[in-house]
Amino acid sequence: MTTVKLNRRTVLAAGGSVLATGFSGLLLPAQAQDVAPTLTMPGGANNYRPGAPIVDRIGGGGFWMSGTVRRAGDGAPLAGQRIQIWAHTTEGHERDPQSHGATLTDANGVFRLEMPQIVPAFGQPHGHLAYDSGDFETVFLRPIMSSSKDTSLEAHFVLQPV
Amino acid sequence: MGRTFLIWTALFCAIVVPIAASAMSPLLAWREPIYIAAGFAGVFGLALMLVQPMLVGGYLPGISRYRARRVHRWIGAALVSAVIVHVVGLWITSPPDVVDALLFRSPTPFSVWGVIAMWAIFAVALLALFRRHLRLRIWRISHTLLAVVIVSGTVIHSLLIEGTMEILSKVALCGLVLVATAKAMLDLRVWAKRRTSREGASAD
Repeated sequence: MTTVKLNRRTVLAAGGSVLATGFSGLLLPAQAQDVAPTLTMPGGANNYRPGAPIVDRIGGGGFWMSGTVRRAGDGAPLAGQRIQIWAHTTEGHERDPQSHGATLTDANGVFRLEMPQIVPAFGQPHGHLAYDSGDFETVFLRPIMSSSKDTSLEAHFVLQPV
Repeated sequence: MGRTFLIWTALFCAIVVPIAASAMSPLLAWREPIYIAAGFAGVFGLALMLVQPMLVGGYLPGISRYRARRVHRWIGAALVSAVIVHVVGLWITSPPDVVDALLFRSPTPFSVWGVIAMWAIFAVALLALFRRHLRLRIWRISHTLLAVVIVSGTVIHSLLIEGTMEILSKVALCGLVLVATAKAMLDLRVWAKRRTSREGASAD
């Protein structure tokens, strides 16, 4: 799951973060390690249901949602963080309770949850992820699959301590 | 007779093939009836958009110019209904996504084009209701400008969407809508100031 995917979105995102960190690094050389927090994406919180249960798998599985959770500033991996995941899949709409589930990050700040295949809905094959446990600022993500045939999707969190 | 048959058959195919292809989409299996209805209202709307310039440009044989303009108005009303079913159906399916789109803050790039086309369709309908109070030239130019916004907005909207429409038939239908609209605009010379023989006909 650590393969680096290069497509328009990741290149843009990476380019953006290089620019952002590069400039702040120039301005504040003492904080060269500064890792900027992830911003909530537009539409990320749509059809969110608070309190999705921690599950081994959402529905029948077959699709993998994975990612990392790190702390803003030093970029340290955060273990035991609860990430909620939902999407329009072959087993239900975004609003359906059975489409929602949560998982915890491991010691390396990595999370990975099996879920049913995401299918295009509202024009794009996309997933939703949330961090809202309260220790850090709430973040909602809405990653898009580069192809609706993909069987995995990644989303990464850098959280800002409250 | 051969030409008449050919034109009507071509129009029939241009409309029915994309709708039929959409009806065979695998995505339908994972959608609720209201979401399916909302999607098809959009597909029907796009297909109806091809008939509008064909009618008003007089490209459909066997139908008088007067009758063609009457049908054009009825299809205009059907387009307004299709837009309403499309938006309301999507709103029932996922309210926050539609609210985002209507407020121009949606993450999906196609939403803004759809919403612009929607307002242009409502504006054109409103304008049509009050057209007797408008000067002919004002009416023609405003109607044509709004038609350009509607057609281009709708085409961009549908091309950017990954939905139930099959890609080839969607691109073909969008291309035909663009070509038919451009041809009707050029043929009718809506911007021309001179009085033409069409003045009488378009006063219907």
